[in-house]
Amino acid sequence: MELKEKLVSSFMAFEEQVDVHSELHDVRTLALKNFENKGFPTKKEESWKYTSLNAILKNDFTVFPKNENSIEFKDVKKYFIHEIDTYKLVFIDGVFSSNLSSTTHDGLDVCLMSSALNKPKYKMVIDTYFNQIASKDESLTSLNTAFANEGAYINIPKSKVVNKPIEIMYFSTGNEAALLVQPRNLVIVGENSHVQIIERHQSLNHNPVLTNSVTEIFAQKRAIIDYYKIQNDNLEANLIDNTYVSQKQESHVSVQTFSFGGNLTRNNLNFYHFGERLASTLNGITIIGEKQHVDHYTLVQHATPNCESFQDYKGIFSDSSIGVFNGKVYVEKEAQKTNAFQKSNNILLGDKSTINAKPQLEIFADDVKCSHGCTVGQLDETAMFYMQSRGIPKKEAKALLMYAFSNAVIESIKIPELKQRITKIIAVKLGVKMGFDL
Amino acid sequence: MLSIKNLHASIGDKEILKGINLEVKAGEIHAIMGPNGSGKSTLSAVIAGNENYEVTEGIVSLDGEDLADLAPEERAHKGVFLSFQYPVEIPGVSVTNFMRTAINETRKANKLEEMPANEMLKFIREKSELLEIDRKFLSRSLNEGFSGGEKKRNEIFQMAMLEPKLAILDETDSGLDIDALKIVANGVNKLKSDKNAIILITHYQRLLDYIVPDYVHVLYNGKIVKSGGKELAYELEEKGYDWIKQEQEA
Repeated sequence: MELKEKLVSSFMAFEEQVDVHSELHDVRTLALKNFENKGFPTKKEESWKYTSLNAILKNDFTVFPKNENSIEFKDVKKYFIHEIDTYKLVFIDGVFSSNLSSTTHDGLDVCLMSSALNKPKYKMVIDTYFNQIASKDESLTSLNTAFANEGAYINIPKSKVVNKPIEIMYFSTGNEAALLVQPRNLVIVGENSHVQIIERHQSLNHNPVLTNSVTEIFAQKRAIIDYYKIQNDNLEANLIDNTYVSQKQESHVSVQTFSFGGNLTRNNLNFYHFGERLASTLNGITIIGEKQHVDHYTLVQHATPNCESFQDYKGIFSDSSIGVFNGKVYVEKEAQKTNAFQKSNNILLGDKSTINAKPQLEIFADDVKCSHGCTVGQLDETAMFYMQSRGIPKKEAKALLMYAFSNAVIESIKIPELKQRITKIIAVKLGVKMGFDL
Repeated sequence: MLSIKNLHASIGDKEILKGINLEVKAGEIHAIMGPNGSGKSTLSAVIAGNENYEVTEGIVSLDGEDLADLAPEERAHKGVFLSFQYPVEIPGVSVTNFMRTAINETRKANKLEEMPANEMLKFIREKSELLEIDRKFLSRSLNEGFSGGEKKRNEIFQMAMLEPKLAILDETDSGLDIDALKIVANGVNKLKSDKNAIILITHYQRLLDYIVPDYVHVLYNGKIVKSGGKELAYELEEKGYDWIKQEQEA
């Protein structure tokens, strides 16, 4: 049976398993219908022109997680930012792991979506926010909504600076031959509050995994959110990440995506503005090779005056890897004094490496500052010669240049231990020895 | 130390060096002057091994060894250093990291052990004091946001760290004001010894007041057309490059 049919026919059984209130049932049913009508996206759709799901969909995915498989912390310690104290929301094969997690309800809520969807005390929040910014049209998002049941629930009240980062970790153990997981995250940050979140998906063996995740982020007035996505999974893991951000006045939200692993990764990142003088930052570093495929599909919807957005995506592609950058900036008529900057810089190292870059600006306001720049190139020869003339061999010079190329985005990581970790991953990927400083 | 015989070099179809002959012995400072387009930068690039230039005839040898098949890094390992006219910016790589990589790669190539971290630190401190370089400077990204003077000073700092046998300073004085020039010249003078040699490529005589050459050569249209002592530089300053052009056309 094809995956689409499998999913549609399993819906009833799924709903029987989970405890829902009727509003959610309606939301889910509608979403399933939308998915049923549209199916999985194909290359015939403009927004999926460069990325095909066909090969992945041929796998025989198990669509319902079995019982929690246990993992010991020491076996997965290296995937966490273990040098510092953090809140942790850990899921194994889509099921919450209490012994690896560190939740709280003390002054803020860092807990599970399944609790939030079922317990009466969360009902008002769920009614206000759940599925309010995620697309109701896009088929994969609808698929997730139809089966939304588990994931991270983070609710920060007003005027709270969260003193430790929150790590959201999704492990798959591959006890199933092929696993489909659909995490659903909800992040609400109150006025004047500040939080840092790190999200990571990690497969612990080599069976194929498909993760179709949806994250809704609500930033209230003057909220500051730094969200980091670490995508360094095994070569059999596939990730479709649909993230929707809703920003109110004077808020600052940054989402930084580090894509180094996985077989196929698609990042749909959408920012919607509902207030003035706010700022959105979207950064990414992609370093892939072999036959990996990473697709960044971004949207910033400027709808209000005096707002800023910054996009800086750097990509290094070797072997037969494929990168896609499709960055859309939409400036509505009322969004005067918008500053929107978009940069996509890419280096192709191999004859068969490919980048498809398509910046799109649709500007309807007349008093704005918008720029977009896309570069695709090889390594700077003059810089190579400069380094060689100092005795640095070609291979090491190349690696140093590529590391330097990624550095601008690395500089914007605000958690020092995370910055070190990403730097180390990149240095290893590029074969560079770093870390000597006065 | 450096022996250049009948060197012809081209870039693409264009021949730039048309038969250069030059002998530089250890302990000597040679200045090469010439008008724009004479081939000064090409000469330094060719000695350093820039692969964009093709040597069509002639030989360049260091201590008797033909440099022809050696890659730029191999020439650096043998002791050739080129101070760039336009030093390259490498954002994200600090000056220290860069130097450490360069030094250790050179040591590796010469079958030496890597310099241990504390020794490296000491070495860096010594040399930065020699060139009056602020420590803060060293953790900045290589040449990023540096003024012209700072870039040139950083080149000489690299020279101090790498201790080359043959240093070619390509228009080291261009874009520098008098104070910056003095510091750079001071640094170079502290580094010169009877074991190394320096080739100064310059357009103007001014630098030669501070780094006094043993020999001055005039490069015109791809050839060395005149050689002399340091007085030749004054003569050029007085009479201008037109003097040379007229002599050649006669």
